[in-house]
Amino acid sequence: MTKFISKRLVNMVITLFVASIIIFTLTEIMPGDVAQMILGQYATEESLEAVRQQLGLNQSPLVRYTDWIWGVMHGNLGESLSMQGVSVASLLLRRGRNSLFLAGAATVFLVPLSLFLGVVAGLKEGSWWDHLISTSSLIALSLPSFISGTFLMMIFAIWLGVVPAMSSIAPGANLFNVFPKLILPIVTVSLVLLGYVARMVRASVIDASHSDYARTATLKGLPKIKVVWHILRNALMPTVTVIAMNLGWLIGGLVIVETLFAYPGLGRLVYTAIQRQDIPLIQASVLLTSAVYLLLNLASDVIYTFLDPRIKY
Amino acid sequence: MESLLRRARNAVQVLKRLSNSKLGLIGMSIIFVWVVVALLGPIIAPYSPTSYHPQDRFEGPSLKYPFGTDRYGRDMFSRVIMGSRSVLLLASSATLMALILGSSIGLITGYLGGIVDEVVMRFMDILMSFPALLFAMLILGIFGPSTFGVIVVIGLVYTPRIARVARSAVLEVKEKEFIEAAKVRGESNLYIMFVELLPNIWGPLGVEASVRFGYAIFLSASLGFLGLGVQPPTPDWGLLMKEAQSYMSWAPWMSIFPALAIASLVVAVNFLADAIRKYEAGEL
Repeated sequence: MTKFISKRLVNMVITLFVASIIIFTLTEIMPGDVAQMILGQYATEESLEAVRQQLGLNQSPLVRYTDWIWGVMHGNLGESLSMQGVSVASLLLRRGRNSLFLAGAATVFLVPLSLFLGVVAGLKEGSWWDHLISTSSLIALSLPSFISGTFLMMIFAIWLGVVPAMSSIAPGANLFNVFPKLILPIVTVSLVLLGYVARMVRASVIDASHSDYARTATLKGLPKIKVVWHILRNALMPTVTVIAMNLGWLIGGLVIVETLFAYPGLGRLVYTAIQRQDIPLIQASVLLTSAVYLLLNLASDVIYTFLDPRIKY
Repeated sequence: MESLLRRARNAVQVLKRLSNSKLGLIGMSIIFVWVVVALLGPIIAPYSPTSYHPQDRFEGPSLKYPFGTDRYGRDMFSRVIMGSRSVLLLASSATLMALILGSSIGLITGYLGGIVDEVVMRFMDILMSFPALLFAMLILGIFGPSTFGVIVVIGLVYTPRIARVARSAVLEVKEKEFIEAAKVRGESNLYIMFVELLPNIWGPLGVEASVRFGYAIFLSASLGFLGLGVQPPTPDWGLLMKEAQSYMSWAPWMSIFPALAIASLVVAVNFLADAIRKYEAGEL
């Protein structure tokens, strides 16, 4: 087990290393002069040259890449270009905390609900409930977040007025205190996964209830409740992996949802960084999100091996 | 000629089976309607999607403007109609590109195996280690948003995923006797891959392509919404939603109709994809 995890960790570090090269190369291609961006278009050639010297922009790409990676490994990510004087690390920390809260709340909301819906649909296969749940979860998983978010915002914020439409919050605000502002983003970012997981749970419950051990249990006269317990225990195992594997999806979802609701999270930070061509911020935030994504994938593999004793690495 | 006829008959057979599923039928009908709308475009649209009517800005839905107008007085109905072209064109070209690249890579790595397989699939894994939307945003942010860029980026994002499916299908088929026979006959690797193997992995590839088509609509609409896709004044559904965002509370028709258009199409594609999956699994 330890061997498997350490092997995967090494793999992950290699992948991240290659990813950092790709990210660096891509931002290298980015048109525009960083010094010009800092000083504005009326800067003199001498002052531009001075800034280039100061930031080390005249050095070869290899030197700059090594400097950057060295900084990353020591937690020094440089300063943002578009928000001057703000360190990238502190921005990532603040926005990351907000996104983590949103993603965490979404997970707490969607996991029990999707399990419940999937189990009900699976145990009542072919019933009216099953059709209702299967179809609506198929719809939920196909709608892009900005569509479902717009519908939710129109209905619950603009027409009914029961929740705030926008989720802009002051930096450093206690997120529990402004929780009503987070309700719409939480529900919106959950919908796709909610539909997906519910369908997965349904399928595995159905698989398990058609299995030999379920039939044997019924035939030997076990009470229904015990048979259902057997089925659920076996059906929920693959589900854990599905959930862990797809939590990475939330990262992409967060970009859209945070932009739609003006929530100050990591996703919107990446978006504004790209829009403003803020290179240090793009490099760091994209690398960070890739790292989170890879960690989630690793976690899902580890959980899977823990749960299924048949798999040995 | 005869084989063409047989193929057409086969296709009709498959469509019939797919419409056995209620959702499959609904999906196919909605997609059909949107394809017709996209083809007829200018014939249905009462106005040019980009012509200004300054005296009719922010008009609500009426007989003159069924879906209302936007801040320049452009007819939303015409913009939604013409927007169907961009979404269908983007999503189908991107899926086609991913399908061609992905299945070629899958065929080569799966059939040849060894070091080629190891290296190429490792690289595909790395490509897949970026979240899809993030990767697309990064590339489009750097090279500048454009219609062509969106197609290439979505195609690239889904290439590794299709390559995986193709590869595992190839691994199963390549052990069969007819492949052995082709080898003994002395056929070239290229011939075996594209003439013997490819026709035998259409099933899983078709399922994957239909799912990817749904995701491609999802992704291209999301990129449009972020302003990283098709650029104004071209009407694109995602872009229409972005433009409507600031006026959501007092000009809701600007958001509602494009939102319904996107919703109907993505849901329809997913309904159809689900029916195709069931058909391949022998459930229909």
